Amino acid sequence: MKTKQTFAIKGMHCASCVYTSEKALKTISGVTEAVVNLTTGKATLTSETPIEKNKIIDAVKSVGYQAMFPTYAKASVGKEETLDDKIKTEKIRELKDLKIKVIVSLFLSSFIVWGSFPGLMNTAPDIVKNMFYHFFLASIIQFWGAYDFYKATVSSLRHRIANMDTLVVIGTTVAYLYSTAVVFYPGFFERLNLKVEPYFDVSTVIIGLILLGRFLEAQAKAGTGEAIKKLIGLQAKTARVIRDKKEIDISIDEVVAGDLIRVRPGEKIPVDGVIVEGESAIDESMVTGESMPASKYKGDTVIGATMNKSGSFVYKATKVGKDTMLSQIIKLVEEAQGSKAPIQRLADIISSYFVPIVIMLAIATFVGWYVFIPSGGLVLAMLNSIAVLIIACPCAMGLATPTAIMVGTGIGAQHGILIKDAESLETAHKIKAIIFDKTGTLTKGQPEVTDVVITDSNARHRVFSTATPQRGPWRLSQKQVSSLLIFAASIEKHSEHPLGEAIVKKAEEEKLQLIKVNKFKSITGKGVEALVNGKKIYVGKLLKNLSIKEADRLKNQGKTVVYVYVEDKLAGLIAIADTVKETAREAVQQLQNLRINVFMITGDNKQTAQAIAVQVGIKKENVLAEVLPEEKEKKVKELQGREQKFLFRTKNTVAFVGDGINDAPALASADVGIAMGTGTDVAIEAAGITLVNKNLMSVVSAIKLSKQTMKTIKLNLFWAFAYNVVLIPVAMMGLISPILASGAMAISSISVITNSLFLKKAKII
Amino acid sequence: MDKILVLIFGLLSILFTYWYFFMKKINTVQAEGIVEILVDGGYKPEQISIPYGKTTKLIFHRKDSSSCLEEVVIADFKVRKFLPLNEKTEIEINPTKKGEFDFSCGMGMFHGKLIVK
Repeated sequence: MKTKQTFAIKGMHCASCVYTSEKALKTISGVTEAVVNLTTGKATLTSETPIEKNKIIDAVKSVGYQAMFPTYAKASVGKEETLDDKIKTEKIRELKDLKIKVIVSLFLSSFIVWGSFPGLMNTAPDIVKNMFYHFFLASIIQFWGAYDFYKATVSSLRHRIANMDTLVVIGTTVAYLYSTAVVFYPGFFERLNLKVEPYFDVSTVIIGLILLGRFLEAQAKAGTGEAIKKLIGLQAKTARVIRDKKEIDISIDEVVAGDLIRVRPGEKIPVDGVIVEGESAIDESMVTGESMPASKYKGDTVIGATMNKSGSFVYKATKVGKDTMLSQIIKLVEEAQGSKAPIQRLADIISSYFVPIVIMLAIATFVGWYVFIPSGGLVLAMLNSIAVLIIACPCAMGLATPTAIMVGTGIGAQHGILIKDAESLETAHKIKAIIFDKTGTLTKGQPEVTDVVITDSNARHRVFSTATPQRGPWRLSQKQVSSLLIFAASIEKHSEHPLGEAIVKKAEEEKLQLIKVNKFKSITGKGVEALVNGKKIYVGKLLKNLSIKEADRLKNQGKTVVYVYVEDKLAGLIAIADTVKETAREAVQQLQNLRINVFMITGDNKQTAQAIAVQVGIKKENVLAEVLPEEKEKKVKELQGREQKFLFRTKNTVAFVGDGINDAPALASADVGIAMGTGTDVAIEAAGITLVNKNLMSVVSAIKLSKQTMKTIKLNLFWAFAYNVVLIPVAMMGLISPILASGAMAISSISVITNSLFLKKAKII
Repeated sequence: MDKILVLIFGLLSILFTYWYFFMKKINTVQAEGIVEILVDGGYKPEQISIPYGKTTKLIFHRKDSSSCLEEVVIADFKVRKFLPLNEKTEIEINPTKKGEFDFSCGMGMFHGKLIVK
């Protein structure tokens, strides 16, 4: 068993320190892996047996650093600042700073507006009208309020990059410098026949409103990443581990695979594992999205971070740390949020050229108004070019797609829908055809005995359907049914055929006592034979070619019929079928309502396939039966090429829903591969969307989620583009004042984020 | 007269803006296993060449308090990471495809490039 030791290393300050210390740690004999993290200042050693602390301390010391071990007590309650905490503190500080700046800037600028706005200024006392007083207030806002804008502009200009801050800085600085010149050198402006009129109201209100926009934006943006925080918050902190026959509470980081863990009613299950003792009902909704608690018994798997409801049990940890289902889900969601949707490409290209182009347009506006428009002049030229700089909003374009993707993938995770990347989420809204694998996807994947037919002494057949137990005359032959099942199950216990398993399972369910058999023989392609209680019993295919009405009827229902012979005489039939999932019919119906063509694919014969199709509501012509596993991929491609629109053959967007284990090629070749109910192994490479639960309605939810997210993105992008395309020319024409421009700018990015947050209210179930 | 001057000056400013922002030369830095990227008004170095099939540690050192640069996104490697201010954040990348991959801030305003050879 591998052990892991974590400790802090002091004295590291650069990337090469990491290398040196890792190298030093790896030289310790027994160490299989050494990972040093510069950010956290922590090292993790993996070894077969625990390494003595002194050896580690010496190794680290040899390269000039200091290894520090937490004491045991500290390790379990050790308070370490996680990235999440850091983000939180930084955001709180940022919001607090912004809040103060917004309030002060808007408060001070209101005095300038009061003292300079025509109509308003008549009501102001003289001091408020004084230009030097305006200059004083405006300077505070310009150099304290807008300090961060300047800082960001200076450092980005050094990299020859222009961004949002650059626009704000250029625009407000021009207004501020012009106004300052007016205040200190009024004579110069009089000589140019210009009014001695400063524009401090423009510079200060713009800064105030843009700061307000930033503040609201930062607040709203925090909401887009909430889902991940919630998922991380699900993690249990401690586990009650049984070591050396004693129960001890330890930190979750110290749990290793193989540990026995006790969970009491109402407690959170710390890591993934398998129950070894006891049983319980477990609420797994937070991970799988399945609202009904799941009953779990000995041998069943449990998922970390889910809630134990009723019973107390002991389980063996199988997956810990980053291997647990929750960690994999978090990783998957984080990765999806880091990916880019193809629809974003255009916005990306535009926003990378956007700001310099706006600067050029602003210069052109100035020149145009000064040179070509007779009524223009210096002041109008300046104000209009400032309006162009301020109204342009590249942020809205940059935020349109990622914020919606973040909210969308987050909602998905909360419902057990894991989206691999933004591209899958985007493609899913275009799905025109969906192919369901039959076994294990539409059906439960476990064959069950559905009917037992007894041949009575008059060679008549009497049916016992397990689905609808019959009453009346049937009771008389209950004994016969039991004995037939006992015979069949006793023999099938020795075969490994899945149909045999179903018979044995049925016998166990009925609590029937199986009998020892002799001379067991498997007849390839036929069935099995043995002596039971001295009688020759055969279970398998029909021996003589005769037509049995009951058998034909059952076969037409898609069931597999097994014949039981006693002493070479047909004693009865057992019908076995894979049962359809409860949610299948509704899911198929809803998908068809969404105008998606639903197909079913299976390796089974046409008869069986058709019977299942009828049960779930799939059209006859959409049944793809007798398809070998390796041909599934081919069928997907065939469907992709089927669509004919006018004169063009367009590619049909096809989704494939399978269990992800043997359907990998089909999942990968489909436009959207949907893997479902994959237990604790959620990271299916081939699938674009992984559904944690086995509920087929999740397929519908995933498609609805994609449609809603795309609707949000399209609206966001339309708004962001239309805003800039319409308002920049309007500002160039001098139809909008710089102050109004700053208000519009602030609103535009907030509205994009707010629209993304509305996704949370979307109905996907 | 002043109008001609403004016209000439304006045209020159537009040309200068174009040259300054669109015609800059970007130096590519070769990274061997580890590279530190300063996040301050942009990314420095801006263009990094990393080896194919080997793990490279990108250490982002954010010194810029602007919230614009608080996140780094390397979409092709599915990374979106918050960079705490004045700290070094490590991102490991193991490229399995060759080519040029953009990285940017959360809003796509600042860009850098990874070249996998």
